[in-house]
Amino acid sequence: MTTAAQNQIQSEVFRTLGDPTRRKLFERLAREGELTVSALTVGSKVSQPAVSQHLAALKLAGLVSDRREGRAIHYSVKPEGLKPLVNWVEHYTQFWADKFDDLESFLNKMDN
Amino acid sequence: MSTETRSIVMERVMPHPPEKIWRALTQSAMIAEWLMENDFKPVVGHKFQFHWAQGGYSGDVTCEVLTVEPARKLAYTYGNGSAAENTLATTVTWTLEPEGAGTKLRMEHTGFTPAQEAARGGAEFGWKGFLKRLDRVVEKA
Repeated sequence: MTTAAQNQIQSEVFRTLGDPTRRKLFERLAREGELTVSALTVGSKVSQPAVSQHLAALKLAGLVSDRREGRAIHYSVKPEGLKPLVNWVEHYTQFWADKFDDLESFLNKMDN
Repeated sequence: MSTETRSIVMERVMPHPPEKIWRALTQSAMIAEWLMENDFKPVVGHKFQFHWAQGGYSGDVTCEVLTVEPARKLAYTYGNGSAAENTLATTVTWTLEPEGAGTKLRMEHTGFTPAQEAARGGAEFGWKGFLKRLDRVVEKA
């Protein structure tokens, strides 16, 4: 994957988890395992439609997956969705190493 | 994983004088040549964006100039997402030191400091605590 594509995914994860309600929902799923939207709404300070919306955002960012069973949708965490956060240092180490090379080639072309 | 604030340090001696490297680091058109498209100005407090586009993806990095010491030191915040959504600001600091006929260029990218959370005095669901509590999940990532 390109650095830009990784950047994009990383921004998406940051953006999604930037919301405290979403982080809280994600934490509950991590702690308690698979849960339905209504189970997640209980004990949450927001309405069921709001919970659904947050879950949709988490799903879009690859942080949770869903499974329909009858009328209920069950949500669970996708651990690999956190990869962009865990690999943050690794990602930028490579990015800056490349940029140092680019800077050096640019300096060689520049007038003094 | 460690939830401490981490940083990346890169150092390289380049056979060019500090003044020349400073131009490459601070003139918008030159920055675009090797780093990213931008609306940078070497003025403390100036808010700017890096724009990148590659392989069908594109995005902006929201930044603000923190330090400008000509031919010596440059620092800016390096955020993620738009200004309104900028919950994670890191800092990039460039230091230039003459070495022989060239320059020792050092770049330090520090942070993973959730600026907004920190400003609220470490809110209950801050990022650090978040990742710490998710240790088990993070291990599988």
